[in-house]
Order: sequence, then C-alpha cells, then structure tokens
Amino acid sequence: MNIINIEHIAKIYEVGSEKVHALRDVTLKIDKNEYVAIMGPSGSGKSTLMNMLGCLDTPTSGKYDFTGSSVSEMSDNDLAKIRNKEIGFVFQTFNLLSRSDALHNVELPLIYAGIPAYERKERAETALTEVGLKDRMHHKPNELSGGQRQRVAVARALVTRPSIILADEPTGNLDSKTGEEIMILFNEIYEKGNTIILVTHEEYIAEHAARIIRLKDGLVESDKRVDNRFVPKPKATVIQ
Amino acid sequence: MNNFFFELKEGMLIALRAIRSNKIRSILTMLGIVIGITSVVLMTTAISGINNAFEKGISALGSDVLYVNKRPWFQNVDWWKIRNRKNITMEDFEKFKELAKLPQAVAPVVNSNRTVKYQDRRVDGVFLTGSTADYVKTTNFTFDLGRFFTETEGKASRNVVVIGSEIAKNLFPMGNALDKEIKIGNENFKVVGVLAEQGSFILGPFNPDNQVYLPIGSVFKYFMSRWSSSITINVRATSPATVEETKAETEGVMRKVRGLKYDEDNDFAINQQEALQQNFNSVVGVIQIAGLFITGLSLFVGAIGIMNIMFVSVRERTKEIGLRKAIGAKRRTILGQFILESSAICLMGGMVGLVLAILLSMVINQFIVTSVEYGAFIIAIVVSLLTGIIAGFAPAYTAAKMDPVEALRYE
Repeated sequence: MNIINIEHIAKIYEVGSEKVHALRDVTLKIDKNEYVAIMGPSGSGKSTLMNMLGCLDTPTSGKYDFTGSSVSEMSDNDLAKIRNKEIGFVFQTFNLLSRSDALHNVELPLIYAGIPAYERKERAETALTEVGLKDRMHHKPNELSGGQRQRVAVARALVTRPSIILADEPTGNLDSKTGEEIMILFNEIYEKGNTIILVTHEEYIAEHAARIIRLKDGLVESDKRVDNRFVPKPKATVIQ
Repeated sequence: MNNFFFELKEGMLIALRAIRSNKIRSILTMLGIVIGITSVVLMTTAISGINNAFEKGISALGSDVLYVNKRPWFQNVDWWKIRNRKNITMEDFEKFKELAKLPQAVAPVVNSNRTVKYQDRRVDGVFLTGSTADYVKTTNFTFDLGRFFTETEGKASRNVVVIGSEIAKNLFPMGNALDKEIKIGNENFKVVGVLAEQGSFILGPFNPDNQVYLPIGSVFKYFMSRWSSSITINVRATSPATVEETKAETEGVMRKVRGLKYDEDNDFAINQQEALQQNFNSVVGVIQIAGLFITGLSLFVGAIGIMNIMFVSVRERTKEIGLRKAIGAKRRTILGQFILESSAICLMGGMVGLVLAILLSMVINQFIVTSVEYGAFIIAIVVSLLTGIIAGFAPAYTAAKMDPVEALRYE
C-alpha cells in the first residue's frame, strides 16, 4: 500500500526577482513499512522534499497524495491535522521545549490531537519507555545528554502512532557513538512495522536504510533498494 | 464546543507555563496593567462614591420640594434682568400659604452664618436656617434626640434651636445636647432637638448635618433685617407624582401674590433639586471624562508594554512556534495560545490592581466615603481581559501566520 505518492512535483521559490527551482520534477512512491534514506549534497533539494513529504510545505506544481488524500489541495488547517496525526518529526537540533520535562515534550502532539490529559500521560509514558527513558521522564532537556534528548524527540514522534517517521539529519548533532545508538533505535522502530524516511548526507547513516534515494539539482538521480543493508546490533548497555 | 473548552484549557496551561518560565519579565509587564487597573478602579470608585454621596444628600432634601426664590439657583438668564427683582417677603409667604391648595406643606426659609458655641467649643460659619414649625414637614428629617420646634415656639420667636448631627458631634462630643444652652452669635438658644445624620459632605453648607434650625422670627430679631432680606418659600408636593401640578399652581399663585400682569415676566424663580442634579451631573461629567482619559492613558501605556513584550516573546520563541506547528498546532491554536498568554498576564495584573485599589480606597475612605463595589470587580476583570486580548492580538497574529518551515530554520 502506498503511503506516499508523489507525481512530478516542483517547487519554485522566488528570492527577490530571481526564481529558484528547489525541486524540478520529482516522482516517487513510498510504501508502508519502508525504510528510506534521502540523500544529496546541499542545494540538491532534499530539505525541500522533506518539507514537502512532511506536509510543512505545498508544491508549486505536481501531485502529492498522502494515504490517498491530496495534500497539494489542502488548507493550512488540514495540513496541521495531517502533520499531527500521520507524521512524526525528528529534527537535527531535537527542538524540545527547554522549560518542559521529557514527559510534557512527548505529550505535546497529543494535546493538539485533543486527547484528554490522563490518556496523554499514559501514552507519553509508554513512548518514553519504548525509547529507553523510563527513569528520565521528569528531566528537563538541559538535564539530559544529547542522545537522551534525541530519544525524547523520537518518543514524541512515535507517540501519535504516525504513518511515517520523518527524520532530518537525526544524528547531525551527536557524536558518532551516540549517533549509532540512535540508529539502532530507528532500526527497532522499523522492525516494529513503522515507515521511516531519513534525510541525511552521511553515507554510513544512509546505509541503515533499505532504500536510498539520491537527489541532485532538484531531480531524482537514483533510487535503489539496498540488498545487504547494515543492521546494527543492539548493545545490552544501550537500552536499560 | 467540547473541543473549544479543551483548547481553552490546554491553551491556558501552556500560557501559564510560559508566564512561569519568564517570571521577572511577566511581573514587570504586569506592573503596567496593575497601575492601569488600580487607577481605573479607584476612579470609578471615587466617582460612584461622589455620586452616592450626592444622591444621599439630595434625598435628604426631598425630591418633591420646590424652592421659590427671588433668583434661579443656576442662572441662564442675563443677570441684569433679574438684579432688580423685589424681595420675597414674609407677607408674600403668608398670602401664598393662604392661596396655595395643593402643597402638603409650605415654609418660609432664611439663611445666615454665625459662629455657634458651647462652653469652650465652637464651630465657625454655621449655616443658620430660620423657618416655621412647618419646615420639618418639607423635609425628610429624622431625629436622634428631641423634636423640631413647635408652632408656638416658632410664632413666638423663642430662643430654641434644632442642631444638625455634625454640629452636635462637634459641640457635644459626649452627647447629651438636649436642653443645653448654646450660643449662636451672641444669643443663647436652647437645644430642643438633634437631627440624625441626614446628608453628606457633597452638599457643603447645605448639608443639614452642618446646620442649625431656629424660628424665622428669631433670625430676623438677632441676625438679619426682615426688610432687606429675601426669603425662600419651600413648597412640598404631596408626592413626587404631583410635583408638576404643584409647580404650576405655585407659579400661578406667586404671580398673583406678586401682582404681576399677564404680560409681565415672572419676578421670582421656582427652583428644584433637579437643577442641582443637572449642575452636579455636568461637574461630575467633566471629572469623569478627565478621569477616564487619564486612567485610560495609563492603561494604554500598560497595553503597549504588553504588546511589546509579546512581540519580543513571539520573536524569541519562533523556533518553538515552528515546532508546535510542525507537530500539529493550527493557526488558531497558536493565535489562541498567545492571546491567552497576554490575557492571563493582564488578568493577573488586573487582580493585583484590584486588591491594590481596595487597599487604597480604604485609605481614601478616611477622607471621602467610598467603597469598592461589585461593579468595580467586573470592570477590573473585563477591562484587563480586553486589554490583554487587544494588546495580544497583533503579536499572536504574527505568530499564527508564521511559516513552519521558516520558523523551524530560525536561529
């Protein structure tokens, strides 16, 4: 089943009087329970594509169907609803609310989904337990390590049970060892049947994915399945 | 609807979190609103205090009483047209009393000023009211002690006096004013009655509490010439409903008494409390407008402060707004959140201002009788909420219409 179906989308930004073609003509399909890495040098349009996939932005032309509904024709409110229910974001800079503890950070999308407080708490606790932060629930971001912060962000992405997890350079702000741990976490999430789209420019990070899409100058350069994908071995010390 | 309350509640919680995480800034911002609300509440309280005092005072005078004078209280005629009017004399009064059928009571009144003494206590410049025994029927006076002087005492111009409550308080701090001899000017008068507190400070010398009442004949005998002074005739209608009728009759009778021909203008004026009310209203109206303008200004400054801080806050939290939008906050959710935040700051400021106003009005109460009324609570709440909503709207709107992609990229 196609979750994402993009046909000939283009995105043109106007910077001053100049037109910048961030995406020229991209067509791709992503199925349920895929693990896709989107790669490309800076300026290739991968950020734009990610914003598009994340329903943060709408294409200038072309068609984008997300689980059967047409995103390109949606209003701001509908886009917000889709982002809330169907997409879990993980950002390079974590983007946690610094004054709130882990639990509240994870609860946040559930608030916008209109879920009552007791259920929110329960679900947020489950999500935090899943990412191995059971005993860090009431810590604020500045009391957590970088890896732990990103785990909170992953829990926040998972808590709404979205159709896709969209991770933008999730290891970009982490040292390689911690980054590896986060990739192990993503692998587990993938194994549980989630769909993951990973945006990165690091080859070794992209290797974790089962499919690699390379962009160049706003066009798809290559789209390959990875046969022997690198599956990291979870270490006993990582998840307590 | 359920959804609305859910968003309101969650928005409120988020707003409170934001306020708590920026305590000092929130408190400083609140200060502007505190000052604004304090002044608004104090102003409304003071104005309603003055109004109440006036209402109370004027009701002591009686709303169904007409005052026939040589001149109107508040002139709207050119003064030279009325300066040569004849005095209203006791003879006029006697004739008037005989001819007027409608009034419940009529009484002649003259006024003067004298120092009033008892032993070594004195009150200077006391308003003397000279009248007949019927005077009390033209008022709503109630008595603490004794009675009004009788018809016999009045007609015989005896040296008897009824004193107002303030005078009694000043001359007889221990009470027991009854049957004491007090000195008015240089004459001795026996106190036959003490009025209960009637009026209010707002009436000034006309306040019954600050007056003494004696037979009109005694006033003419000791304090002023019967021939050179013009009296006032107090005419009380049987009820407020018959005032107009009584007024018409009074005018007719007075014209007859004064011997006016049909083509001559009235050479007297029929005054009513209404004129006093109108005059008062126009004065209070000016105070009110000036007061509201000044307090409004301070509130406005407070509102600008809120708006400024909210703009700073929106700018500072651009990334947070981007994140909230990315994970599903709608425009109106963000709009609501920031408006709630500024309203909450204003509401808290309003509450503090209200408490401050209540404390201050207790201090002011030492000088003018005021009390913070329920209306003031409502004003404080509504005005501070409105200020919050209005001041918060522009910054909240800026936040709401942010592009999530741009906002997330903001450093």
